[in-house]
Amino acid sequence: MGNFFSDYQVGDFFDEMFAAPGVARPHYSKLLARFKEMDREEFERKRALAASTFLSQGVTFTVYNDDQGTERIFPFDLLPRIIPAEEWDAIERGLVQRITALNLFLHDIYHQQNILRDGVIPKSIVWEAAHFRHEFMHFDVPRNVYIHICGTDLIRDKDGNYLVLEDNARCPSGVSYVIENRQTMKRTFPSLLGQYRVRPVEDYSQELLNVLRYIAPRAQREPTVVLLTPGVHNSAYFEHSFLARSMGIEIVEGRDLVAQGGKVFMRTTKGHQQVDVIYRRINDDFLDPQVFRKDSGLGVPGLVEAYRDGNVSLANSIGTGIADDKAVYHFVPKMIRYYLSEDALLPNVPTYLASVKEDLTYILEHISELVVKAVNESGGYGMLMGPQATKAECEKFKEKVRKNPRNYIAQPVIPLSRAPSFCDDSMQGRHVDLRPFILYGEKVTIVPGGLTRVALRKGSLIVNSSQGGGSKDTWVLEDGAA
Amino acid sequence: MLSRVAESLYWMSRYIERAENNARIAEVNLQMLLDLTNQQGADPNQQWDPIISSLEENELFTSLYPTPDGKAVIDFVSLQKKNPNSIVSCLTRARENARTTSEQISSEMWEQINKLYLFAKSDPAKKLVRTSPYEFFKRVITGSHLFQGITDATMTHGEGWDFIRIGKLLERADCTSRLLDIKYHILLPSGEKVGGNVDTIQWMSVLRSCSALEAYRKVYFGQVAPWKVAEFIITHSAFPRSIRFAVDCFDAALHHISGSAETKYDNEAERLSGRLRYDLDYATIGEIFKFGLHEYLEKIQNRLAEIDRALHATYCAESEVATITTD
Repeated sequence: MGNFFSDYQVGDFFDEMFAAPGVARPHYSKLLARFKEMDREEFERKRALAASTFLSQGVTFTVYNDDQGTERIFPFDLLPRIIPAEEWDAIERGLVQRITALNLFLHDIYHQQNILRDGVIPKSIVWEAAHFRHEFMHFDVPRNVYIHICGTDLIRDKDGNYLVLEDNARCPSGVSYVIENRQTMKRTFPSLLGQYRVRPVEDYSQELLNVLRYIAPRAQREPTVVLLTPGVHNSAYFEHSFLARSMGIEIVEGRDLVAQGGKVFMRTTKGHQQVDVIYRRINDDFLDPQVFRKDSGLGVPGLVEAYRDGNVSLANSIGTGIADDKAVYHFVPKMIRYYLSEDALLPNVPTYLASVKEDLTYILEHISELVVKAVNESGGYGMLMGPQATKAECEKFKEKVRKNPRNYIAQPVIPLSRAPSFCDDSMQGRHVDLRPFILYGEKVTIVPGGLTRVALRKGSLIVNSSQGGGSKDTWVLEDGAA
Repeated sequence: MLSRVAESLYWMSRYIERAENNARIAEVNLQMLLDLTNQQGADPNQQWDPIISSLEENELFTSLYPTPDGKAVIDFVSLQKKNPNSIVSCLTRARENARTTSEQISSEMWEQINKLYLFAKSDPAKKLVRTSPYEFFKRVITGSHLFQGITDATMTHGEGWDFIRIGKLLERADCTSRLLDIKYHILLPSGEKVGGNVDTIQWMSVLRSCSALEAYRKVYFGQVAPWKVAEFIITHSAFPRSIRFAVDCFDAALHHISGSAETKYDNEAERLSGRLRYDLDYATIGEIFKFGLHEYLEKIQNRLAEIDRALHATYCAESEVATITTD
């Protein structure tokens, strides 16, 4: 097979690579040329090299409820997704605007709550949110930054417009794949990468460390920064150790830490050493059994007290879950208008709130055309894809929505853009999204691109790794490079 | 360094060393078996008993394999997941420990340990064990050596590296003493033809298990004799797999961690290790035999276990220790 793309179907979607059948978009033309000169054998060799690289480095995630060896490689597709410079600039501006508004929102609702009093967001939406932390009203977070690390999921509609699907403002994961994918592409397609001028992603860890050091409570000494992991059995453990290693910081579990006298220490071979900043990859609920879930064995009793005393900083701050509540999401464009007096540069997907009467009626009547999501779930769980669901499944979900309307939202099914991916021995269009990682410290920093996730199952719109998703390297080009 | 991490590094290292030692014992017995198949009066199956006894898993073995032949033994020591000391089990545990510390060790080390583990679990490895076990054992031994080389060449020679060294050397001293003990135990009573051909081959195999045959030849001339072998393996000061050498080195590593002088001690682990070190420095083979070789080796094993416990209590126990301030 000489031409990988001779049978490629563009389909009735926005295709990332092809403007029309056989016509590549300008920024993909070099890639197409490279694949035209490559034979099958060379491609297979590259695929094998990529797979063995991931496996031997242990770049794996853990699958729960799977007794057949618990680790899997996150499938990697060799065709990169390419984003031209001006397109990325627009995305970046939109993301900076969004994270700025979300932080202002968090400060506001944990203090004066002007946005609620002015009626921009209904009070009940915030007060009834599962992740709103009443305990932290009037608490001032270090440097007034709430969300230090945010993963915002973007999709493209039929016309190629970028839309925000959701914000992950608690413990977003996936950034290690951004860096590992690039490493793998450097090994497998060195010359192609050289032909394009691709913006590097490797400085993410340094930028993250800068953010973590910036929020340290005391300036008199070098802050001790640690990463708190639930442990080796967590699905994202690889990422935790990857980040700790690349930042040169300790990775700790709850049992390695001890809180005493309003301070947090780690148990070392030379005694107790005070910890200043914790990049926690554990949700609020499990942080401190004295304050949140009593049954949590992952956290540190007394941690929250130390945090309140200002002796230890947390990233992200406690209580950011309210910002990625899917009902609150609906109001982000209004927040942007309210706090920044600007229009949202990146629009939302139209969203129906089951807690609003008219919307609820609409959701119940049109459930088979909609995607219904629980407001606090992620990872593709707790959702119903209307068009693919059976009648019985729809009825069951309607019942859930009626019982607890605050807990559900619905959105029209967006026909996500597709990118060519190697599946079943040929190039086929598969749906993709994009998760850029936004860092907020002294300034907002976004590593160019992010994680492109691809739904490798034919026709599937769900890109999550737990549900048959894979990933691609994302190339953001330097200005004027195409 | 985190106490938990220190402990994991130590055990990671011990398990790799254990996998290597088990591969050594099995590999050498395999060779010996070939040497002996044509010998009059030698029962090849009997040759495997020392391996099983040395693993202290005799009962488990007989419960798993109805016919205790060479094939069963090879499977048991190489791939049997139910055997906690099989090569696969050791490598699995070594890797689990490495995984919980993978930000502390170099990525090259992690990659090597991961590769070795993936190899041992792979289908080609299973096939190799059936068709050419020698190659399988060789790969495990070489894999362990590669790991040690990568460790020395890519990891900062600081506290973590010292814990890795201590784990490796303590395990090595323990394995070597067990190997010698078991061989002595089994070989001597059956050595009605002391000095005969079978006996010589057996003792040469003990040396080969420790990669010591060539080094031994450079020190002793003439017939390979049990007491000379024991002397070499226990008391040689510069051979890297002798007990004395291992003890010297981990004692030095212990002092390297605490910063105390090697002639003094700062904690219980150092006190015990220093005492063992100087006992070995001044031991003679005549004394050892007078005391009883088996008794002597058993005592060494007990003392190594004591050092292991003291090490844990000093650096890893949950008890309250002094708070360091970095102000």
